[in-house]
Amino acid sequence: MFGFEITPVIAAITVSHYLIVGAILFVIGAVCMATKRNALGILMGIELVLNGANINFIAFGSRYLRDENLGLDGQLISLFVIVLAAAEAAVALAIALNFYNNHNTIDIDRADELKG
Amino acid sequence: MGILAAVNSVYWHEFFFMLFAGISVVFAVCVLVTQNIVRMAFYLVLSLGSTAGLFFLAGAEFVGAMQLMIYVGGTLVLLIFGVMLTAQQRYVKMNTHPTDWVLATIVGGSLLVMLIGAAVGVDSWKDSTASKRALESLDADDARTATPLGLALTGVRVDKLDSDPALAKGQSGYLLPFIIVSVHLLVVLIGAAYMARTKRSATAPVGRAERARLNIMQMEHETDDVVYLASKQSSSSLLGSSQKQAEESTDEAEE
Repeated sequence: MFGFEITPVIAAITVSHYLIVGAILFVIGAVCMATKRNALGILMGIELVLNGANINFIAFGSRYLRDENLGLDGQLISLFVIVLAAAEAAVALAIALNFYNNHNTIDIDRADELKG
Repeated sequence: MGILAAVNSVYWHEFFFMLFAGISVVFAVCVLVTQNIVRMAFYLVLSLGSTAGLFFLAGAEFVGAMQLMIYVGGTLVLLIFGVMLTAQQRYVKMNTHPTDWVLATIVGGSLLVMLIGAAVGVDSWKDSTASKRALESLDADDARTATPLGLALTGVRVDKLDSDPALAKGQSGYLLPFIIVSVHLLVVLIGAAYMARTKRSATAPVGRAERARLNIMQMEHETDDVVYLASKQSSSSLLGSSQKQAEESTDEAEE
């Protein structure tokens, strides 16, 4: 239908397999960010999105899957993404804790005092 | 010999890939679907742990170990602490409006179709010759990436030593991003610790000991006022008005 043939599942693992897993995790994380009302649920969606991107980087940097691969560059970028995701989760958690202490609820639908 | 033949006949690479990928995707869907925030955190732990397994399969052993240490062992523990600190009364359910679900599914579904179409649409990404060659002749030394990664972070690319000299200028080390990320982590640490410190808020619930102490303080203030007023009234009734004026002037001088 899209111009590709359905490869059998038991065939050798290629970059496309990893990319599909990364895409699924990314989209699930994005939908999680869009639908969760708990602020910490949104944080978990962000973690899923960043992991989907990391799988992509590792797949392109793997010398077992492709001959012309990114090599160590893919793994280094992935390391930086992991570290930055941890830092951003810490700050977002501090913001969520402040919101909870001031409003006594973690529901972000209650965060509507900044209007316009 | 029978056991060896049985072990050899299994497609181990595909089996472990499907196992790790399946666990990752299934528990990510569970994170999306569940309403309980604590279960969401634990499903996310499992999903990210099997993502580390995918990293190990692709030959990125150091990144896989870092994923387990930093993500699963650090960030998710922090998230679970956050879940504990922001816990409301038991079984409170915050349900999403069905309209939001429909809209998110439409947008997410179209994004997923486009991404999967791109993933299977490029011919060079569907090429499995490198994968089959790796299955035949796997060298364990190739997956030892910790030392080359550490050296690349200090600026020396030992994996690109025998590359084309024309391309060598673009294959730089990662020292600058490393330092930037270090300063960034320091700033984030200080900022998050300062923002999340314990503050006395106006709406914080006061316990019994606090209330007793506040009551005692209030009573002390009231008795001070009563004593002051009583002393003023007694002085005005016993003494004359001139002496009262002298007292008032001395009081003002003292103040």
